Amino acid sequence: MSENRSELNRNLAQMLKGGVIMDVTTPEQASIAEAAGACAVMALERIPADIRAAGGVSRMSDPKMIKGIQDAVTIPVMAKCRIGHIVEAQILQAIAIDFIDESEVLSPADDTYHIDKTVFDVPFVCGARDLGEALRRIAEGASMIRTKGEPGTGDVVQAVRHMRIMQAEIRRIGSMAEDELFEAAKQLQVPYELVRQVHEQKKLPVVNFAAGGIATPADAALMMQLGAEGVFVGSGIFKSGNPAKRAAAIVKAVTHFDDPERIAALSEDLGEAMVGINEQEIELLMAERGI
Amino acid sequence: MQIAVLALQGAFIEHEQMLQRLGVPSFEIRNREDIEKPFDGLIIPGGESTVQGKLLRELELFEPLQEMIAAGLPVFGTCAGLLLLAKEIRNDDRTYLATMNITAVRNAYGRQLGSFHTEAEFAEIGLIPMTFIRAPYIERVFGDAKALATVDDHIVAARQGNQLVCAFHPELEDSASVHRLFLNMVQNRQV
Repeated sequence: MSENRSELNRNLAQMLKGGVIMDVTTPEQASIAEAAGACAVMALERIPADIRAAGGVSRMSDPKMIKGIQDAVTIPVMAKCRIGHIVEAQILQAIAIDFIDESEVLSPADDTYHIDKTVFDVPFVCGARDLGEALRRIAEGASMIRTKGEPGTGDVVQAVRHMRIMQAEIRRIGSMAEDELFEAAKQLQVPYELVRQVHEQKKLPVVNFAAGGIATPADAALMMQLGAEGVFVGSGIFKSGNPAKRAAAIVKAVTHFDDPERIAALSEDLGEAMVGINEQEIELLMAERGI
Repeated sequence: MQIAVLALQGAFIEHEQMLQRLGVPSFEIRNREDIEKPFDGLIIPGGESTVQGKLLRELELFEPLQEMIAAGLPVFGTCAGLLLLAKEIRNDDRTYLATMNITAVRNAYGRQLGSFHTEAEFAEIGLIPMTFIRAPYIERVFGDAKALATVDDHIVAARQGNQLVCAFHPELEDSASVHRLFLNMVQNRQV
């Protein structure tokens, strides 16, 4: 990937800021998401809550199903490949996907290496629990970062934890003396150059979204107040009672994340939220995949 | 001079940073109340036009802004902002503010793999860098709208009275020349 492509890919992430990226499994859901104000959709065969329930190995979606969703909407379409699965990523690039999510939601294909994303022309987004993970993914070529959270649970606690940790570490690096940055790079196990960028810009070198367990407008606004530049909502929408209404409310909550009166109004009568499972009740921690 | 930046979704912070570099104060429009403050020009940023268009309507910003633009408020739309201002979109039934005599083509260069960076001539400015991200282009201008730049025979910037649009993203470049042109339009607002 040329310097130029890498920049263009980071630029696309910039255009998604202040928006909501929604998981969809059919062209009909994609149209509902677009009409509700999604800034992009994530095409996948099963939403994380169902992946959890079904168990077994979870893989990239059928390209035909992804193409159906590409034809249904004008907004960018993303799709997930397994961590380290170079060929799934090549397939997604071959069908001209707008963004690949190298995702811990699917079963990892490689328990040591992530994909070398610098050799691809399409952008990648990757999950991270802390600054070290985020900068390692960026060094590998990710154009966008999202918190891992804990997908498919409807429990926001882990997304909050990951965003808190990341922001605290960014503040810590930002306030360091120049000569402390070398040691910070060593401890974080990341390239010095990236630590230096965080030090100078006081933010990640790429756009940073929140993901994993966001189920309500209040959850989305919470993540924005904690420093997310936008949110992914997976199971939270199409596992709820009134997907179209909830989706539209979450979109507005992201735009008006610091306007409690407005969020109060749009949180009314949304029907049932996804039931969800607490962090302590889950047997599979997807966030521990690919670190 | 005070510039308002539509801040519903997309890359509005990049425009604010550019204005800050040029020493021009700006504020964000997110609510109906925000447009009651006085401002001399409006920027509609890149992002997703479907999202911004929907929120404009639901936040009751649509009609007042449309009226203000029709009455001569200087406006600068980039990428999604161009689509929001276009009177016609060739491959889409949806139109939005529709104040400018241009026919736009949505996602004209295809998906993200079609995004590109180039340099091209911009009328009265000269050669400038241009970044196209899943960009539209302008198929034709009509009435009093005029083309300002073309890339591969497609119009990528146009002006009509106090309205300026670019299919590319000047807010992502080091060069501030297109923003200067807009501020100049604000200063010398046509009646």
